[in-house]
Amino acid sequence: MVPLSWYLIFAAALFSIGLFGVLSRRNAVAILLGIELMLNSVNINLAAFWRYGDVLQMTGQVFAIIVFAVAAAEVAVGLALVISVYRRRNTVVADEINMMKW
Amino acid sequence: MTGEQIIFILTALFTLGSGFMVVTSRNLIHAALWLVSALFGVAVTYALLSAAFLAVVQVVVYIGAIAILFIFAVMLTRKDMRDQGPQMNSNWWFGALLSVLVFVGLFFLLQGWNGLSRTASEIPAGFDAISELGDALISPDAYVLPFEVASVLLVAALIGAVYVAAFNRK
Repeated sequence: MVPLSWYLIFAAALFSIGLFGVLSRRNAVAILLGIELMLNSVNINLAAFWRYGDVLQMTGQVFAIIVFAVAAAEVAVGLALVISVYRRRNTVVADEINMMKW
Repeated sequence: MTGEQIIFILTALFTLGSGFMVVTSRNLIHAALWLVSALFGVAVTYALLSAAFLAVVQVVVYIGAIAILFIFAVMLTRKDMRDQGPQMNSNWWFGALLSVLVFVGLFFLLQGWNGLSRTASEIPAGFDAISELGDALISPDAYVLPFEVASVLLVAALIGAVYVAAFNRK
């Protein structure tokens, strides 16, 4: 049987990889890819705590499903914004999207 | 070491390697395809946790919809930074340092928690997790309100995405 710590450390490593992608990529689409990795690692934690806690309580899985819905909404809006910015400014580099910078 | 542990280690290494390729590969189409394989590894992890519904939803929603949406977005915005120029910004070492620190911090935080070596209890005989999940999602005693709020959020996000991406108000 796999102990709980393995899942938690695996999820922490995946979260750190996603965080690195968010912080260091220049392309806005690649930043959204990093956010997806982070959301997935959170979902692994939720499912692991459901399995290793009280299996009869479905809270962990319900929370994971809500995270799925929020991730889908986030990706739809984020990619629409990237495409809209690309049409107007002809760039997807996050450093160059500075219209709202004061 | 049992078979389940070996499968878990292989899945974790596969997922972490794919995730590393997602954040480092220069070609964004390759990064999106590596994301598909990382998401598939996470689906296998759900199956190992006997969360069957989450595994299927992961494949259908994440790989089938979100990853394909990423590939479309990469193709629509591909012209200006195909393979030339740096893919990392000038502070990438700071991001790497910060993410390593986050991992080390989480690792030691988890080491100090006494529930860490807990093992899973047996799933009771006759317990149907999927129908329990369905009951929990529509029962007024449980999570019907977050469920409905999530559907409203999805509708709002889709209408907003269509509005933002479609109109060209120049």
